[in-house]
Amino acid sequence: MADIAFLLLIFFMVVTAIVNDRGILVRLPPLSDAPVPPVAQRNLINIKINGDGALLFEQQPLAVDQLRERIKTYLLNPEQRADLPSSPTRAVVSLQNDRATPYAAYLGVYDQIQAAYRELWEVAAQQRFQKSYEQLAVAERRSIKRALPQVISEAEPTDYR
Amino acid sequence: MSKFTIRKPTATVSTASLPDIVFMLLFFFMVVTVFRDQQLLLRVDLPRASQVQKLRHRSLISEIYIGQPREAALGASPAIQINDAFIRLDQVQVAVRQLVTHTPEDQRGRRSTSLKVDQKVEMGIVGDVKTELRKAEQYQLHYVALPAY
Repeated sequence: MADIAFLLLIFFMVVTAIVNDRGILVRLPPLSDAPVPPVAQRNLINIKINGDGALLFEQQPLAVDQLRERIKTYLLNPEQRADLPSSPTRAVVSLQNDRATPYAAYLGVYDQIQAAYRELWEVAAQQRFQKSYEQLAVAERRSIKRALPQVISEAEPTDYR
Repeated sequence: MSKFTIRKPTATVSTASLPDIVFMLLFFFMVVTVFRDQQLLLRVDLPRASQVQKLRHRSLISEIYIGQPREAALGASPAIQINDAFIRLDQVQVAVRQLVTHTPEDQRGRRSTSLKVDQKVEMGIVGDVKTELRKAEQYQLHYVALPAY
């Protein structure tokens, strides 16, 4: 009896593939021909990735590992500079890639943008609720996201070939 | 002189509960097992990312693979796989809509798509698939990635 059970057990143990997929969540915009509402130039944070996976942040080359901090300072604009977003609620991150951009480079940049927002939410959660963002209720999270909305706009990819 | 030899007590672990334990494990693995219903025709080496979240409701997820075909005879350019077959770009919309019909109508709004893309694939084809998904009115999307080190 136990032998047969063992046999079956070993079979199932070998066959089992415990699925544990994780992913970066994205919401695509609906297709529409309606004109895009204009965004003031100062509120746009332009990020471009070329075919080699190199990064252009507001027309300046930048390493990917500095992207997170740079986005955070641009969003918050602590010095109230006139060329940076007037308020985080108005800011739009505009992301553009080339058709030849490697997927890993694109996802790395996307990951950094999300990480920047996530860190800002974490700080806001600590300040307003003295809790980590992870522990907040849905309504509390929503109020934080309303103050720091994550708006990522993806332009049509360029094609330099 | 001793008439009686004192038998030393032998320490044996009772194995009476062994089948119970084995059965318990067996049932656990039987319940947990998900048989792979599809064969991966592409080479998909997932990228790593730090902001990954767990995917829930597996029955509400359609999977799209993009990568280089495993068989060298099929060429080196990236291909798209849905379910068990290669799909051309212009068939993606129909294939995705077909997957949606399997879920009950009241749950269709919660459906999402997970994109499993090889990290070396160029973004051109990924962008095209994203456009097709928007045409198929599937807006919820995951880029499946491994958690960062």
